[in-house]
Amino acid sequence: MTATATTEDRRAARTRRKAARSAARPVLPRFPSPARVLGYTLVVGVGLLYLLPFAIQLVTGFKTDPDAASHPLSLLPATPTTAAYQRLFGLSESAQGVPFLRWLSNSAFVAVVVTAGRVLFDSMAGYALARLRFRGRSVLFGFVLAVMAVPGVALLIPKFLVLNTFGIFDTYTAMIVPLLVDAAGIFIMKQFFESVPREVEEAARVDGAGVFRIFWSVVLPMARPALITLTILSFQGSWNEFTHFLVATQSGQYETLTTGLARFVSGGLGGGTQYPLKLAAALLSTLPVAALFFCFQRYFVNGANSGAVKE
Amino acid sequence: MSLRTTRSRGSAARGAPRSTGAPGEPDTPGATGTPPTARNRAPRAGRRGEGAWGWLFVSPMVIILGLFLVLPILMALWVSLLHWDGQSNPFGGQADFVGLDNYRALLTQDGLDRTLFATSLRNNAYYVLLTVPLQTLLALGLALIVNQKVLRARGALRTTFFFPSVTSSIAVSTVFLFLFQGSGAVNSLLSWIGVKGPNWFADPRGVLSLILGDLGIVDPEKPAGALANHSFMGLSWFEWLSGPSVAMCTIILLAVWTTSGTFMLIFLAALQDIPRELEEAAALEGVNRRQLLRYVTLPALRPVLFLVLTLGLISTWQVFDQVYVMGQGAPGNTTLTPAFLSYSSGFDNADFGQGSAIAFILLALILCLTVLQRWVLRERGERTGRKR
Repeated sequence: MTATATTEDRRAARTRRKAARSAARPVLPRFPSPARVLGYTLVVGVGLLYLLPFAIQLVTGFKTDPDAASHPLSLLPATPTTAAYQRLFGLSESAQGVPFLRWLSNSAFVAVVVTAGRVLFDSMAGYALARLRFRGRSVLFGFVLAVMAVPGVALLIPKFLVLNTFGIFDTYTAMIVPLLVDAAGIFIMKQFFESVPREVEEAARVDGAGVFRIFWSVVLPMARPALITLTILSFQGSWNEFTHFLVATQSGQYETLTTGLARFVSGGLGGGTQYPLKLAAALLSTLPVAALFFCFQRYFVNGANSGAVKE
Repeated sequence: MSLRTTRSRGSAARGAPRSTGAPGEPDTPGATGTPPTARNRAPRAGRRGEGAWGWLFVSPMVIILGLFLVLPILMALWVSLLHWDGQSNPFGGQADFVGLDNYRALLTQDGLDRTLFATSLRNNAYYVLLTVPLQTLLALGLALIVNQKVLRARGALRTTFFFPSVTSSIAVSTVFLFLFQGSGAVNSLLSWIGVKGPNWFADPRGVLSLILGDLGIVDPEKPAGALANHSFMGLSWFEWLSGPSVAMCTIILLAVWTTSGTFMLIFLAALQDIPRELEEAAALEGVNRRQLLRYVTLPALRPVLFLVLTLGLISTWQVFDQVYVMGQGAPGNTTLTPAFLSYSSGFDNADFGQGSAIAFILLALILCLTVLQRWVLRERGERTGRKR
């Protein structure tokens, strides 16, 4: 009696395991082996196309100027040197017109403030649009959708006009305040808050919590995944922001990694080619976002796919 | 008003204490004799001032988007009707009001402005024509690769393909500047297979005209006949048809390389949404790989394919950062795009009226594409909805 039960159990477990395995298994049989070899070669080749530029960038940063010019493709520096990095960090004769540490601190400062502002303001607006009842809510949501459709590059001169009229052109205020809210972030937060069950808020309300209390201590802690996505996307966006800083500032003291590097690279300065220096600066400016990316990749994936839900 | 009434009644049904209102009451507000206000007050009592809170919560958004998005558009609309050099106050009446002259100079009047604008449109049109199909195809291919269940290291590959998308456009453009120098890495690679690469960033020759020249159909140095004699918006037919310049091609390659990762993820999400039963059923029918792709996978991807195409169409008309770093219009204005032209007419040539006018034409173009996208995607959604 017991014996049959165990065999049945075992059989059931086996079919379950089989089902689990078949879900991971491809529908069609494997490729014949020549095709498989060819396929892997192709895939590795494509992968190299995506990796090689970064590898070359990394290696060139440790080359001397003549070496970089004569052997652009070699993945081993002839005479390895950290001269480019030393110049960037001002350890040796500092590079002319490349106040890298200033760029770095400006970028970090602006990105941190903008990220904090976006996380707070986007989630507030997202919550209000998802849950609070007030006159004009649907009009405002339509406004957010419309704003998402307005292309940033068509606003270059318009933004300059406004900043100039307010007398804040070429200040940190001009760099930060216009970026504090972004429509896409509001949209993400609204979508999330709509998925939170209402019962939670109702319960808190019965307990006598006010609107702000409910938002701050009940709903917001539940929104952790959405908040992490928003934080990461905001940081990435403001760290990589270029056009806004380009029209909001003009003096060197406000240059960020993007505007500074762009001016340096696009040949505003002489100084020969200096490719090791340029590529080292570009590499360092990529690092923070790259580190975030490798730690929190799935949140970047969420962000990329939220473009698809936008409708 | 009626909207609010229904909403508060809805929430009352969801569990808030409900003291008034008889059960079985019709749902239309105001249909019975009871004054609606009396009915509303009770469910709303628990959330006094919710309207005020709502406005408080959205006020940062309203203020910032209003001041730095709506107001700029209105101001620029006014400035696009002025001849303003950026010095005086454009709203004080010192600048010349020129009406639609800025737009006329760009669209109808023969002259340098129109030639430049037409050139930028041509460059960007070729950029769109090449970038959108290439990046869509590449993204689809990458997604199909990464979705192969037999493949090892799929996660690592996905990371590799996606990584360029998250980096700064300026940093990546810097790398491409280095790779595509005259004696750079790409040309060294090409020399291995015996090809002498062009001097990428200094080559203003149109790719189409080069190909046609090699075939002996036209002489790129001295185009003759209808191509040279006819012109549209100040550019000869030959100039319109000569294709993207070699320099523009590097920007196209860069765009395809950086954006394919994002679109790959969108395709990948859609691929993973295809019901497994569908593929299994097809496998039982004995289809081969190509048939599975052709008759099962691709049809299932159609809505997403459309989304990716339109997203690409919208974003490629906005190319700016790469142009700023890699060409600034040079060589021979062949990397000039409307966005960059708008910027440079304002900030380099102090002609902010002209720059605003270009910005508005570009804005109108992109908004048209967005409206088209939303309209067609909604159509599709409805159609599939009806089918179910």
